[in-house]
Amino acid sequence: MSHIVVPQKTYIYIFLTLIGLTALTTGVAYVDLGPFNTVVALAIAFSKMLLVILFFMNVRNSSGLIRIIIVAAFFWFALLIAFTMSDYRTRTWTPAPDSWSSAPPTHP
Amino acid sequence: MSDAEAHLPEHHSGLAHQFEDLEQQQESDFLGIWLFLVTEIMFFGGLFAAYAIYRFFYFAAFEGGSHILDARLGAANTAVLLGSSLTMALSVRSAQTGNRRALVVFLIATLILGGAFLGVKAYEYNQKFVEHVVPGLDWAPEGEVLARLAPGGVQHAELYFIFYFAMTGLHAIHMVIGMGLLIWLAIRGRKGDFTPHYFAPVEVVGLYWHFVDIVWIFLFPLLYLIGGRY
Repeated sequence: MSHIVVPQKTYIYIFLTLIGLTALTTGVAYVDLGPFNTVVALAIAFSKMLLVILFFMNVRNSSGLIRIIIVAAFFWFALLIAFTMSDYRTRTWTPAPDSWSSAPPTHP
Repeated sequence: MSDAEAHLPEHHSGLAHQFEDLEQQQESDFLGIWLFLVTEIMFFGGLFAAYAIYRFFYFAAFEGGSHILDARLGAANTAVLLGSSLTMALSVRSAQTGNRRALVVFLIATLILGGAFLGVKAYEYNQKFVEHVVPGLDWAPEGEVLARLAPGGVQHAELYFIFYFAMTGLHAIHMVIGMGLLIWLAIRGRKGDFTPHYFAPVEVVGLYWHFVDIVWIFLFPLLYLIGGRY
């Protein structure tokens, strides 16, 4: 993996792209996109993360074992967020039956 | 053993006795640091999940709290940190090519950029005390700050600032540890401990440093840019 020496130019181009994306995400925050402000901000952050992982951390040239560890970690994180939010976001969708004695957890 | 020795690029003092050769040792080093970074993803992941829940519950308060922060300072600090990642990547490259001078120069540049980041962070923390928006220690927002926080509920905005300090604070602790490691690397690099055959410590610390950078890449939009600033 580390036998490959990446040209200095590559690192500088990646850095400039990252700076461009930072400027973009800051600029977009001043434009009203409604709920898509968050979507765009996270999409840009995700792209920046991919650039750092693939190029600066040089995962592009790393072994399959390392890649599977990284993918597993992010898969775990996706599960954490997806299951947590699917609970909290849907709690109020269906009212609890009247026969239930105690009040269900309500949206604060 | 004599067979394995024949494959060694050189008999290096950096080779631990349980490994066949430096290459095997290096692969083991990478596996170790990546497993550590996985636990770090879980560590920060819990905070990010808690943040997601409360941001969903008290969006208006989080938006109000976010607008107290200076997005331009946050963006500038992001650029500083990305710059430090560039110099870190170039440090590893210098170690790979055996350029000892460049290695030390880039490590020190990374250290300076990391210090600049923490300096800006310290200024921002100080601003929070000036504006009295430090949960627990100094929570008494007034005037314009209060007007911005009021729509979402001042108490709920306090929760936003708890997340702000917990997440940026944990990130800053990681930066301080990283800077300590950089000093250690710079001293070893100056002594000539690293060669094109043996530079795993530089690369391992580099991976850690880039990881801390990635955490900030997400913290910046999540804390500074909530709900837009139009």
